[in-house]
Amino acid sequence: MAQKREIAGTTIFDGGQAAKGYQLNKMCFSFNDPENRKAFVADQAAYFDKYKLTAEQRAALASGSVLKMIEAGGNAYYLAKLAGILGLGVQDIGAQQTGMSVDAFKQKLLDAGRQ
Amino acid sequence: MARIIGTLSTSHIPAIGNAIARKQQNEPYWKPFFDAWPPVREWLAKEKPDVIVFFYNDHGLNFFLDKMPTFAVGAAAEYVSEDEGWGIPTIPSIKGDPKLSWHIINGIVADGFDPVMCQEMAVDHAITNPMLLMYPDSNWPATIVPIAINSIQHPLPGPKRCYDLGRAVGKAIEAYPEDLKVLLIGSGGLSHQLDGSRAGFINKPFDQECLEAMVTGVEPMLKYSSLDIVEKAGAQGVELMCWIAARAAMQGQVKEVARTYHIPISNTASAVQLLSHTPAAATAKAA
Repeated sequence: MAQKREIAGTTIFDGGQAAKGYQLNKMCFSFNDPENRKAFVADQAAYFDKYKLTAEQRAALASGSVLKMIEAGGNAYYLAKLAGILGLGVQDIGAQQTGMSVDAFKQKLLDAGRQ
Repeated sequence: MARIIGTLSTSHIPAIGNAIARKQQNEPYWKPFFDAWPPVREWLAKEKPDVIVFFYNDHGLNFFLDKMPTFAVGAAAEYVSEDEGWGIPTIPSIKGDPKLSWHIINGIVADGFDPVMCQEMAVDHAITNPMLLMYPDSNWPATIVPIAINSIQHPLPGPKRCYDLGRAVGKAIEAYPEDLKVLLIGSGGLSHQLDGSRAGFINKPFDQECLEAMVTGVEPMLKYSSLDIVEKAGAQGVELMCWIAARAAMQGQVKEVARTYHIPISNTASAVQLLSHTPAAATAKAA
């Protein structure tokens, strides 16, 4: 079998990750519907049960760590819908994942333009 | 006969939709991006495309992981902009051109592709933002044909496969008997990554290479695999595949009309590039 390609700081959302994260991503996909967003906000634990989240996925969500959610199979495009409910922007999430302050993360983006 | 008049490639960052809704176009943060558009709109007003063929990626609105197509072609009479779950305003529905859609599907299947065919397709910011940027009054003067390229679940189709798809679509369009002016869109990019400890990754030299290749020909990019593109352009920078497919559909004479590249908009190196196209047949006739 070919060796898996490693790209630093990046989780490739392949078949293994997609299978692992199926329930979590399915829950996030449901957030396209405003009624589902309301139901999630009203009772998160019941919503996790409804989507049969794994223990790892529940723990990742409880920790609020995006890196842990990704490790539990979460995909950026679906997790973004959860971030929307939590009122987090992509800079907030970027800062959290890179261990920077939001201001430092924004500065990093500005600096990329001055390369 | 139908004629491809050019390719407009643009970033489609969700925040653009919010900035439009909040009328922030002239704020210092947004101005460098929105300033790209008046020349594009001027060109559109002059060239008046009848149909816009979109190469784009769905962001978990129309497709889920239960059935994830590598390529999907819309064949609907109307495309509805739906709630994406995070507050981007929706836009009025856009009319399709089912006859052209089926012609394209027939053409690309004959050329060895196996697309999913969709008679219903909700469209997200990858289509709604470029539409609003082109036509801010939401009075759509053109129909659309959306062609979705999987950019979520690996294995993703790589540059070579997307290039071949684009060529097949271009060939089908140019064989279409109706006298239509067709604009292509490569929606997405350029370099960006939202997830992982490499979040915020931007690769300006690679983006510049891409923008140049769009003018002179994307063939040098075909040596890369989809994972090479993840490495060079970021996890979501793979939307570059939509640019490659659109560019591949133009095999005549290509001229750059406008280009804007600005870092950052949100977490993305934003880019807008307009290329005009004179089909090879027309060039031969003129010579």
